[in-house]
Amino acid sequence: MEKIPVVELKNLTKRFPGVIANEDVNLTLFEGEVLALLGENGAGKSTLMNMLVGLYRPDEGEIFIKGKKVDISSPQDSMALGVGMIHQEFMLVGNLSVAENIVLGLPDLEIRPPFAKINKKLIELGKQYDLNIDPTSIIDNLTVGEQQRVEILKLLYRGANILILDEPTAVLTPGESKELNKIIKKMLSEGKSAIFISHKMNEVLEFSDRVQILRKGKSVGTRETSTITKLQDIAKLMVGRDVLFSLEKGEYNPGDIKVEIKDVSIEYKKSVRPLLNHINLQVRAGEIVGIAGVAGNGQQALSEAITGLRKITSGSININNKDMSNKTPIQIINMRVSHIPADRNKMGIVGDMSVGENLSMKKYRTEELSHHNIINKALIKIFANKLINTFTIKTPTQYTNAKFLSGGNIQKTILAREIDSCKGILIAVYPSRGLDVGATETVRMSIIKQRDNGTAILLVSEELEELQMVCDKIAVMFEGRIMDIMDTKDATTEKIGLLMAGVERGEM
Amino acid sequence: MRFVIEKRNERSKRMQILVPLVSLVISALLGSIVLLFCNANPLQTYAAIINGAFSSPMRFQYTIAKMIPLLMCGLSVGIAFRLRFWNIGAEGQYVMGVIGITWVMQFWTWLPAPLLLPIGILMSFVFGGIWGGIPGALKANWKVDETLVTLMMNYIAIGIAEYLYISAWKAPKGNMGTVKYPEVAWIGRMWGKIHYGVIIVLILVVVLYFVLYKTRWGFELNMIGKNSEAARCQGVSIKRNIIIAMLISGGIAGLGGGINSAAVTHCLTSGVNSGYGFTGIIVAWMSGLNPFISVLVAIFLAALQTGSDALQITMNLPSSMSGVLQGLILLPLLAGNIFIDHRLKIVNKKEVI
Amino acid sequence: MSNLDFITKLLAATLAMGTSLTYATLGEVFTEKSGVLNLGVEGTMLMGALSGFAVTYFTSSLILGLLIAILAGALFSLIHAFITITLRANQVVSGLAITMFGTGLANFLGKKIGPELNGYNLVGLNLPVRFHNISIPLLNRLPFLGAFFNVSVLTYALYLILPLSWYYMYKTKYGLALRAVGEAPRTAAAMGINVNKNRYLYTILGGAFSGLGGAALSLFFTPSWNDGMTGGMGWIAIALVIFSTWNPGRVAIGTLIFGGITSLQFAIQAAGIRMIIPAQFLAIAPYFITLVTLVFMTINAQRKEGHFASPSALGVAFAIDEK
Repeated sequence: MEKIPVVELKNLTKRFPGVIANEDVNLTLFEGEVLALLGENGAGKSTLMNMLVGLYRPDEGEIFIKGKKVDISSPQDSMALGVGMIHQEFMLVGNLSVAENIVLGLPDLEIRPPFAKINKKLIELGKQYDLNIDPTSIIDNLTVGEQQRVEILKLLYRGANILILDEPTAVLTPGESKELNKIIKKMLSEGKSAIFISHKMNEVLEFSDRVQILRKGKSVGTRETSTITKLQDIAKLMVGRDVLFSLEKGEYNPGDIKVEIKDVSIEYKKSVRPLLNHINLQVRAGEIVGIAGVAGNGQQALSEAITGLRKITSGSININNKDMSNKTPIQIINMRVSHIPADRNKMGIVGDMSVGENLSMKKYRTEELSHHNIINKALIKIFANKLINTFTIKTPTQYTNAKFLSGGNIQKTILAREIDSCKGILIAVYPSRGLDVGATETVRMSIIKQRDNGTAILLVSEELEELQMVCDKIAVMFEGRIMDIMDTKDATTEKIGLLMAGVERGEM
Repeated sequence: MRFVIEKRNERSKRMQILVPLVSLVISALLGSIVLLFCNANPLQTYAAIINGAFSSPMRFQYTIAKMIPLLMCGLSVGIAFRLRFWNIGAEGQYVMGVIGITWVMQFWTWLPAPLLLPIGILMSFVFGGIWGGIPGALKANWKVDETLVTLMMNYIAIGIAEYLYISAWKAPKGNMGTVKYPEVAWIGRMWGKIHYGVIIVLILVVVLYFVLYKTRWGFELNMIGKNSEAARCQGVSIKRNIIIAMLISGGIAGLGGGINSAAVTHCLTSGVNSGYGFTGIIVAWMSGLNPFISVLVAIFLAALQTGSDALQITMNLPSSMSGVLQGLILLPLLAGNIFIDHRLKIVNKKEVI
Repeated sequence: MSNLDFITKLLAATLAMGTSLTYATLGEVFTEKSGVLNLGVEGTMLMGALSGFAVTYFTSSLILGLLIAILAGALFSLIHAFITITLRANQVVSGLAITMFGTGLANFLGKKIGPELNGYNLVGLNLPVRFHNISIPLLNRLPFLGAFFNVSVLTYALYLILPLSWYYMYKTKYGLALRAVGEAPRTAAAMGINVNKNRYLYTILGGAFSGLGGAALSLFFTPSWNDGMTGGMGWIAIALVIFSTWNPGRVAIGTLIFGGITSLQFAIQAAGIRMIIPAQFLAIAPYFITLVTLVFMTINAQRKEGHFASPSALGVAFAIDEK
């Protein structure tokens, strides 16, 4: 039987100011099949799909649906072609009802939407697929899992037969994920085709007929799922085999416990699953403990709990043997804890202030840069120039506003500030995310140097290679839990990859 | 083909100068249309405004006297706006300041005479500060929308003031207004209509500039206003700073009220809600929140008002011309501002949204 | 004067005054619901009052006067729309500028476009025609409620417009889009709704209603032209939008209560009755109650981790490529 392609993307390229999100990507989806789209964060999967649904327009390339070249310039165009997407962030209006959300923006909707009829149809559809949602309830009163079922209901109601699912299980509890998987299987059994974006390997194996892998905006290969014998092969393709730096690292010589996390949990408002679920972790002086995991599994919450940016609901956090649970950020900073935050533009720098000022944001309150509450601009100038030179930050002058620097130099600015003020403890979250090779190397070397000087370091990263290269120990987080902690020498890519995907040790 | 507004790679220095200049020209042209519609010669009118504001010592004095409370309110709003706290309540805070000083002058008469004025002025700061602190605390603790709260509180303050000068504190003689403050507690005149308040406000400009641009606290306010999340990561307390800044912001507007009534009106009476607080918002915004530039903008707007007042006699034009011109200056400036950070791009392809 | 009489008269005054307020409030509800805060209501109302009065004075046509007032209001809010939606300028400052400009221009023109005989002044003129109360026989004799059936066309129109507005906002697909645009613009855009087109539409509509509200003052309530004759009504309207929790169905409740309080104030002064509550406190009651309502609603919404009634995207410009 010959396979009929329903979606063909040909040589799609999309550029954003300063980045190429997709370059020359080809993709084919055949009728009735599930294509899994794999790739690390920032590999360009969501951008690619947003072009297919008409939220972005490609800069170059063509889209064919069912063999016909199409021009998709708005979400309504893609809807009319039967393409429907469940976005990572749900596209729902919180204070509207389920039914209102589902018919929102439908082009052929009556002026007065017949909600009695619509509700009836929704209840029928819900029964058919075991979705069990009251069409009259308000979105804000639903759990995350329920909201997702609304998104599915929306696709069903609109008669989409090409489904795009962007990490549909990322925000769900294991129980909810199972339910969802059943529903998706049922939809597929009716001949719909789907593109499935996920990080979780076992899901990919279970669902997909084929796998396509993206890396850094480019397609790096496709495989028939049935031919995949080892998950490891796929993991390797995703991560790629970039140049490996051999970084010089001093002897592993751990000292006292500097950070001790005991049974810490953070309950989250509406979701059933807590952000952090009974975490236990220790970081000693002179060691780097890495946290591996897919973004959104609690790593950021953990780092924010330690730095005082987020309240914990139970457990305790000891820093330098003092209970620092739920203290304010300044109290933690005064314990000489440095923090390289996850989102460098939103949390790390003030874009509309100068590079020099950004470098001074920890020390402006110390006698080093100010006296009697008065900031000494001359001292800041010397201080900033020193850091700019030491960390080779590329900036026209120290008076340039930080937002005009490249991502790598913004990160170096943050790194310089935090490492300069660091006395003993460093929490680094995705420090090399999105940086080029050179900047990545600088970041990694600086962190190792700190460790050799006796700093206790917690490093959150998505890149396994980075963790393996830099860390002394690696903990893997999944859904707010620590799956396992191991010495780096025992942490093979395969093992971490499986733990990251939620495979328990016993299942391996 | 259509136009798209696209972010620039850096703030355009050229546009920073060009936009206000072009705006001013556009305002003058638009104003001319209004004037021509009313059979008035635009050039003559503009000349008459400038004359009316500056041509004689008395007119100049009048302009400066008007500038003092206006500048106070501009400085007050400027502090709040620094934190992206949209305080449009300077009017109410100003009125509360007048109530504060009047309270002292009416009921604290047991004070030694030389203390009346300083304590009265202090009280105007306190009253204004409380009126600014309330929306600050509401925002800091519960995220209550400050624009709407400060707006409501303006009218509550004005209502309280009316109650006081119409009934509760009304002087026995006349049908409204409180008893005049004791003459020893007046702020004296330096030169014609210009009183010593001008020295206070200029000192305040320097102090504020110093505090906002040179101290640790000013640095923190700057961080919060430009990226509050990053400021929080650096250990700056957002809540505490919003409340403190609003206490001071309200206090300065209150001080403006206190000084103006101690120097000019000498009592609490009708006309206390003179619009200085609202125009102060314009002062703050046009000056880019810089205290020194605020002085220039406040003189400019005060001159526009006194100059327009004179139009009545010289050109037989209504004095409300000042409102027209203020609006006409502000609107193109607001509109043009986007081109400092953005550029206009012409695209041929149909783009989404 | 019997109590019944007093109350009926009070109600009549309330309805006459509340009419302007209701139009302005309703307009601002639409504007804010789409995510645009327009603080220019006061200036827009004044422009409506002025242009309505002037056109009616010179043409003796009430219809033409109303139309021009509506047009003036629409044009004024179009300026706000262009500056804040297309050029993404600060909505607070722009609204204030509109009020400043509108107030200035109305007061200015009011002294320049009158008849030569009156020194080009519009102040102190009487209209050749004005809106009058029209009573509906029998119904107007009902105790208390009779007042509702002895009002002007402008008020009767509201009996239709208010329920229709509610119906439009909560029962039609356009209303659905409107609510989505003010609440979650990104989602609305993803569902194929043109966010900024909607915002333009409802900002202009809101201005048109404000203009109409202003004309209701100068062509019916006073009826005359006076400098700053709205006397802060535009600001009360903005307060009442909060009080009505952005629901057109509740606009009338707020305007009746607050129109009532204001009328009561006048009635008491006129009757020379001494009251325990000073009249000025009655005047600030709308603001005070609104303030308390706002604080209470916000805190309550946070405690329940639920949804506050104000449109989530109120005051924020939208561009899909800039989060």
